[in-house]
Amino acid sequence: MITVKNLVKNFGKNSVIKNIDLTIDEGKVTAIVGPNGSGKTTLIKTILGLVRSTDGIIEVDGRPVNDNYLYRNKIGYMPQIARYPENLTGNEIISLIKSIRDSNEYADKEILSSFKLEREMEKPFKNLSGGTKQKISALIAFAFNAKIIILDEPTAGLDPISSSYFKDLVLKQKEQKKTIILTSHLMNEVQELSDEIVFLLEGEIKFKGTIQSLLEDKKETKLERAIADLMSQNTK
Amino acid sequence: MNLVKKILLYEIHNTIRSKWVILYTFFFFLVGYALFTFSGDVSKSYISLMNIIIIVIPLVSIIFGSIYFYYSREFIEMMLSQPIDRKSLFLGIYLGTAIPLSAGFALGFSLPFVLFGKVSEQIEGFILLLLIGILLTFIFIALSFLISVKQDDKSKGLGLAILIWLILAVVYDGFILLIIYNFQDYPLEKAMIVLTTLNPIDLGRILFLMKFDIAALMGYTGAVFQRFFGSSLGMIISFICLLLWIIVPFFLSSRFFRKKDF
Repeated sequence: MITVKNLVKNFGKNSVIKNIDLTIDEGKVTAIVGPNGSGKTTLIKTILGLVRSTDGIIEVDGRPVNDNYLYRNKIGYMPQIARYPENLTGNEIISLIKSIRDSNEYADKEILSSFKLEREMEKPFKNLSGGTKQKISALIAFAFNAKIIILDEPTAGLDPISSSYFKDLVLKQKEQKKTIILTSHLMNEVQELSDEIVFLLEGEIKFKGTIQSLLEDKKETKLERAIADLMSQNTK
Repeated sequence: MNLVKKILLYEIHNTIRSKWVILYTFFFFLVGYALFTFSGDVSKSYISLMNIIIIVIPLVSIIFGSIYFYYSREFIEMMLSQPIDRKSLFLGIYLGTAIPLSAGFALGFSLPFVLFGKVSEQIEGFILLLLIGILLTFIFIALSFLISVKQDDKSKGLGLAILIWLILAVVYDGFILLIIYNFQDYPLEKAMIVLTTLNPIDLGRILFLMKFDIAALMGYTGAVFQRFFGSSLGMIISFICLLLWIIVPFFLSSRFFRKKDF
């Protein structure tokens, strides 16, 4: 479980996250949605420790994270943009991460074959396409059997086949009671994958609840419509 | 320390395969080779090599360091999402950049000496130049990391890196001359010594020239250093100052790195 209490993040004078309180439940897929610049990525990165909070507390499994970097053993993260040292190969990066993480659980066979990555793992990153790098990022996020998986716009660079396999992968992780956090601009993807939805606008949470409750609340059948409704209501 | 070692090994793997380092090694090899082919006099070759080393190494190191750091940004982000502390990661990346570049220089520089059988002739000069080259690499990579950690804008960062090199390698001497010219009626020795320690390129030059007792031939600061400290103390002081030039920028940038948002 991830708990965020009174989280504030300012970049200079610009306040990106304004006093957020949030609990992300175990075993569920929570989607963080909102327009560009609403603070989604900053929120995710603060949970990961990539961005330092200005104020507030973040707890993973009841323990404040602060400077204790070991909690990241529990997290698998797939960033929005994938870039790696251009002269290294996928296999080399994987073995580096293996040596850093204390987990002995590493299972990549299924992911490698479904993404058709086996041969790509031998090539240096400078010879790989953006989509292939994205798949390697997915591999890094999923293969270590982390309890918590954080995905920042994961399917943006993937082709339809890979994207569809990716969604299956997320659903399978959900069956295994993993805690999954997802950001996406694709509302049908969010509707397909998530249980909970957190709607962020200008650094504040404007809605948190199940997708069903949002749809009922807004009397819509499509999530996209409901979100648009929420947005226009809050920007009035 | 274990984490640092792991990161370091991967960084070295990556850097060594880059064309930059290979070209850089080849450059020093060619320069040495040409000097020994066209001039049999080792002492003269030393002076030429020194002049090339104190100009080229800072330039390449500061630019290579900045480009490398900016290019590694997403990789750093990915590594930081793993269970690793920022201090170890930063040290690993720093050493992983500085060691291959120093090794490239050391190899390219030493090969002609070995090929022409010149290592044993004035071996102290050979070791000293090697040492200065390596120190300057570590200094200017530390400076480039300091710039890149503080300045997120790539083009501004690179511009700043070139500007710093230009100031230290070229403008600084002119600035010192200007001071000497304008304040010639005052005793300037102590001020000159302070000013010299503020420029690692000057320090490198002095460290080398002291050894050969020809400091007076190469500018005012060298002569002042010689007179003030004598050769051996002068060498020790300039060596310590050079080390400080590595330590201070490195620790500053490591501090900023630990607080940085990615």
